[in-house]
Amino acid sequence: MKMAKYSLKRLILMFFTLFVIVTICFFLIRMLPRELPTDKVQAQAIAARWEALGYNEPLLVQYGIYLKNIVTQWDFGTSWYIQTRQPAWELLTSRLLPTVLVNLYSLVFAIPLGLALGIYAAIKKNKWQDSLISTMVMVFVSVPSYVYAFLVQYFLFFKLDLIPLQVYSLADAGGSWFTAKMFHSMLGPVIALSFGEIASLCRFTRAELTETLTSDYMLLARTKGLTRAQATSRHAMKNAMVPILPMIISSFVGILGGSMIIEQIFGVPGVGRLYIQSINLLDYDVFMVDCVFYTFVSLLAGIVVDLSYGFIDPRIRMGE
Amino acid sequence: MAENKNNYTSIPKEKFSFVHDGERISDKKFDDKPIGYFKDAWIRFRKSHAAVVATVIIILIILFALLAPVFISTHDATFMVASYAKKPGRLNSFLYDYGILDGGTNRDFSEKGLIKAIAVGIGAEDWAGNGVSYEQGMESDYQPIRRINNSRVSVGAGNKESTIYNSRVDTYLEVGFNYLSVEKSEYEAILAFEQETGLHVLYPLVANNEYCQDPLDANYWYKTKKGAPLYENESGKLKTFTLDADGVLEHDLLDNYKRDADGNVVYYEYTGGGNFDTAQYKIRVLYYNYYQFKYGFAPDYLMGTDSQGYDLALRLSGGIKLSLVLAISVSAINFFLGAMYGAVEGYYGGAVDLVLERIADILYSTPFVVVATLFQIHLSKKVGPIPSLLFAYVLTGWIGTAHRVRTQFYRFKNQEYVMAARTLGARDGRIIWKHIFPNSLGTIITSSALVIPGVIMTESMLSYLGIVKLGGSTATSLGTLLSDASAIWTNYPHLMLYPALIISLLMICFNLFGNGLRDAFNPALRGVEE
Repeated sequence: MKMAKYSLKRLILMFFTLFVIVTICFFLIRMLPRELPTDKVQAQAIAARWEALGYNEPLLVQYGIYLKNIVTQWDFGTSWYIQTRQPAWELLTSRLLPTVLVNLYSLVFAIPLGLALGIYAAIKKNKWQDSLISTMVMVFVSVPSYVYAFLVQYFLFFKLDLIPLQVYSLADAGGSWFTAKMFHSMLGPVIALSFGEIASLCRFTRAELTETLTSDYMLLARTKGLTRAQATSRHAMKNAMVPILPMIISSFVGILGGSMIIEQIFGVPGVGRLYIQSINLLDYDVFMVDCVFYTFVSLLAGIVVDLSYGFIDPRIRMGE
Repeated sequence: MAENKNNYTSIPKEKFSFVHDGERISDKKFDDKPIGYFKDAWIRFRKSHAAVVATVIIILIILFALLAPVFISTHDATFMVASYAKKPGRLNSFLYDYGILDGGTNRDFSEKGLIKAIAVGIGAEDWAGNGVSYEQGMESDYQPIRRINNSRVSVGAGNKESTIYNSRVDTYLEVGFNYLSVEKSEYEAILAFEQETGLHVLYPLVANNEYCQDPLDANYWYKTKKGAPLYENESGKLKTFTLDADGVLEHDLLDNYKRDADGNVVYYEYTGGGNFDTAQYKIRVLYYNYYQFKYGFAPDYLMGTDSQGYDLALRLSGGIKLSLVLAISVSAINFFLGAMYGAVEGYYGGAVDLVLERIADILYSTPFVVVATLFQIHLSKKVGPIPSLLFAYVLTGWIGTAHRVRTQFYRFKNQEYVMAARTLGARDGRIIWKHIFPNSLGTIITSSALVIPGVIMTESMLSYLGIVKLGGSTATSLGTLLSDASAIWTNYPHLMLYPALIISLLMICFNLFGNGLRDAFNPALRGVEE
């Protein structure tokens, strides 16, 4: 009951925050001068549409129309330049799948590796294996992801020719996002994204596990006669997982957002590239819906982490 | 009754004496200086090898950024030579002969391509048009082909076999000859320069006839047929030839120079222009020497040139300076804003805290890239891209610091010593800054230091993506350099290597430095990852 109440409170707060941010973004974006295309016929048509949609009304009236359209028709505006006349929301959702796929593959790849390395380092604490892993982790966490992208391109594409330079378009890969060919072409961004994920998960796991390994109940478990492996897997791991699992869950929420720079380098037709495109082409409605989406994802990730603590470990009481 | 020896009631006065007479007794003075908070942290910081090494590397990078423009005295960051764009590093030093900083790259040449490159060196010796042998040409200082590493046979389209020569080539000399259109006065200045220095800039013009491969490419100075060089056989007929197995020319090249009626080579051609002074001449120059004539020094580029022909070392130095200045100002501003905001929040608590937390929460929840984009779109035309980027950082960057300060204030504000101070009549300001704030100093310094790598990273990312548009020759950033290189860098690895290396080093070192600071200021937090 308490949990439900707390969750509700958090959700309401989240939507309040989202509302405020959306409002600010809306006014900042609608204040910008809009540009018509140079083609006269097209410009006339678009200008007429804008007039009809109320883009020339005072800002407050526009805001009212915008909210009304979202509530009644789930209409976030229209793309004028990227995909002319396509609803912005549809454009966004059509770009969602590639982003999610690339990030999901990289998580599937990174989570077991990161966990395994972290556990290994924690067990071998202060031995050479641990210092090696910790040093590598420090390097891999710090180096920006685009540097990995270049390294991956250089070695796997340019030197060894194992992967294509960019992700295939839908038509090249056989019309589906799930073909083997598409997966192969996505390996580049997947590997480039994985380095950072593996390193940060490994660092986190190592830190948490070393803390539980040195706690008193581990001593008790060993005194009772459990072997080191038993004590570690039954007692230390379970407790270390309490903070680790929410982190993993939040990265699953984070895959919606994706990585703009990796999408740009590898040509993934995802949400991040849509964002860059919408700025370059000044397609403001798309830009707006992308902002709303990014804000929503970051808020959602935060709330999911907080709530998952309570589900994973009932000892952690919420809202107190 | 025996006399009681322990009778203390009446002790004669003589029996009293001073235990200590003379010198004054005082507490011993400490032999060593007291260890304060910062000194204590410094001692701990020194013990962390990784942090010390990282600090040294950071200092070296900063020194590079500051000193590169001082040591490169011949030109500045706005100096651009388009003909020498994308060239790797080259210095005229003793290292040149060992293949270090020789402006060289190993490249695969086709037969015709290799002959064309070798011909540049041969042609460079033939300023008078008297004909030069292959051997003379190979020993020329202007010979772009340093050595032929190996050759292999490759089968191309239509099962046609061709030999590929992998050679080391000096890309600066490879530019070879250029056609230029100059005014008469410049032509005369070149003649004077040749007299003075003994360098040859002007070379004979090439005839535009059936043997000329490409009238616009000044490097085809020899007679060719379909790109292959020609020689005259015994019966006086022109035949094509090629390289032998060792990559040596089978015959000497025949020049295809333009000659006047007397058979003398021609160095210039009048192409138009009104009066005597503004007459335009078409000339053919050896670019390497023309560069020295035009700018007064030989091309020396430690890290080579970027995609437009700017000196990469100077561009990098500018980019590092921009990144660091931005990062340090963000960190300093966040330090003050965060400290103020967190102190007020934490000290007053209650309704003030609730409202301020909500504001911070909203700002914190807005994705940074959205904030940065909106600031760029709205402000970059008015105040420039860098200040608007700074505003974006300042708007949201202090929240982490404020949060840490707030936590510290919650921990300390109800402790006894604070109550004691309040009882003694200390005002709020004094309690905040004098009594509680110093407790959070360590955390703030640490988090401010860890802001720096974050700023460097996001700045390079935003300029790479083109959200922050740093155009022009004056301002550059590491991200801009990377994005300039991104399309072409597989052919010119140095364009990517240096910026990526510097930014990775900066990131690693600032993170290590920040971790070292954290361990030094909060030994209790050692090993805890944030």
